[in-house]
Amino acid sequence: MPHVSRRRRRAILNRGLGIALGVAARAGLGAIGLGVRDADAQEAPDRDAFAARSVADALARLRILDVADSPDVLLDAPDIAENGAVVPVSVRSRIAHTDAIFVLLDRNPFPLAARVDILDGLAPDVALRVKMAETAAVIAIVRADGRYWRAQRDVKITIGGCGG
Amino acid sequence: MRIRATLRSGRIEVRVLIAHPMETGLRKDEAGNPIPAWYITDVTARVNDRIVMKTAWGTAVSKDPLLVFHVLGGAVGDRVTVDWIDNRGDRRTDEATVVAPASP
Repeated sequence: MPHVSRRRRRAILNRGLGIALGVAARAGLGAIGLGVRDADAQEAPDRDAFAARSVADALARLRILDVADSPDVLLDAPDIAENGAVVPVSVRSRIAHTDAIFVLLDRNPFPLAARVDILDGLAPDVALRVKMAETAAVIAIVRADGRYWRAQRDVKITIGGCGG
Repeated sequence: MRIRATLRSGRIEVRVLIAHPMETGLRKDEAGNPIPAWYITDVTARVNDRIVMKTAWGTAVSKDPLLVFHVLGGAVGDRVTVDWIDNRGDRRTDEATVVAPASP
């Protein structure tokens, strides 16, 4: 990527924000986001997977072709969430050599919520809070030794959390 | 950013609470204009300058995100640094020192 001053990058980004709002802009913002990061920041190799509009598409973009259910992927999420804007999710893997955890939300406008890289010295045990648009499944996928394992839980949403 | 790092059972439990609107880009304001997407895309954590955790986020992470992770090993006094960057290129860094759990 050519060297671009911080001010110029911000000008490009602001122009990008102004040009189009909506689906095209969301994809565009993702592309611009890739461009404005400092050269030494780690580029998320799966950034385009975050723009996927379905779980199937997100998995395809992540090149996750083969996933098996595993009782060793411990996914915790509430059975009922009063507020879909803040749904607590935790994922713990008992599978050796787990090096990545993915959290997806079925039926969300953008189902891929997070990817966590389990680097050396990090326990495969993370928690975060996500927005869910409607009653749907939370899906946790972990990667270990190049293979993928999953668990899922249905969360019933009383008040949807994505707005719009 | 509020970071709490506690040494518990041989692990540092790190709880990070970040103030950020995490706009999905799907909402509209009262006038009906779309509110642009504005969300944290990447968070990195270090212990004493060693990277221990990287996470990439989409717009489905909640507003004012709470993130909890656990670093193996560690000691009271270790320095935990967390930094994030969002889709606008804004970034923040903050740090905390690992403490022992509060007495019951």
